[in-house]
Amino acid sequence: MLTMSEQQSLWRCDRVISSDAAACRQVLNDVVEQLEARHWVQRDVFSIHLAIEEALSNAIQHGNHFDTAKHIRVSCCLYPHRVRIEIADEGGGFNPEALPDPTCDEQVHQPTGRGVMLMKAFMSRVEYNAAGNCVVLEKERAQAE
Amino acid sequence: MTALRRLDVTEIGDVTVVRFRDRKIVEDINIQELGSEMFQLVEVDHRDKLLLNFSNVDFLSSAALGKLITLDRKMKAHGGTLKLTNIRPEIYEVFAITKLNRLFDIKDDEADALAAF
Repeated sequence: MLTMSEQQSLWRCDRVISSDAAACRQVLNDVVEQLEARHWVQRDVFSIHLAIEEALSNAIQHGNHFDTAKHIRVSCCLYPHRVRIEIADEGGGFNPEALPDPTCDEQVHQPTGRGVMLMKAFMSRVEYNAAGNCVVLEKERAQAE
Repeated sequence: MTALRRLDVTEIGDVTVVRFRDRKIVEDINIQELGSEMFQLVEVDHRDKLLLNFSNVDFLSSAALGKLITLDRKMKAHGGTLKLTNIRPEIYEVFAITKLNRLFDIKDDEADALAAF
């Protein structure tokens, strides 16, 4: 089996965008458009959409603290059977292992704190760098029904 | 009641049925507005039986979930009842993974939900 670096990517984007919703929306829409054009199943598209949405929201809010002078770096590689997205912000990072479980009795009524859990649930792989300011999201393509 | 931009509100018997105008509930500014409009139904208009119908919603983010949790808290504080219905499978999965399907009373369709008030 070929590794991802050995596979030919079908589509690639590398962008540095400002920390605002409109810029993020454009990247997100472009990725979703590529997946839909290649007939990825709806659940995969939903999963990837959700994970990117949550990662970008975290980058704007918790990473760059809504400072539009700070940037977010987004890299996306689409392969025949997998997509890989890397999202990095200019913040000091965080320890994802230290996040409280949002499903426990003490947290389930809290209005925030579910983004990382949803990313992990809907993607095949979610990994942060050591600093905690860069996340890699990967999704294996489901077989069409 | 002031005009609502994010919600369509109808009355069926004594139940207030709320439908969302946005197919994707993601933009932070829209979610803030959506929250304000839902909270107004409880805190200003004193609607005590609220049914949220998600039939028009294809996608929502965790920030939108946060508004629903706050709405649920406000409803309970006012002695009201909140139910959710017509949630598509992918979004229901979001509720299930986060165990919010235990917090909210979720019904398959509007008729079931109305009968359960």
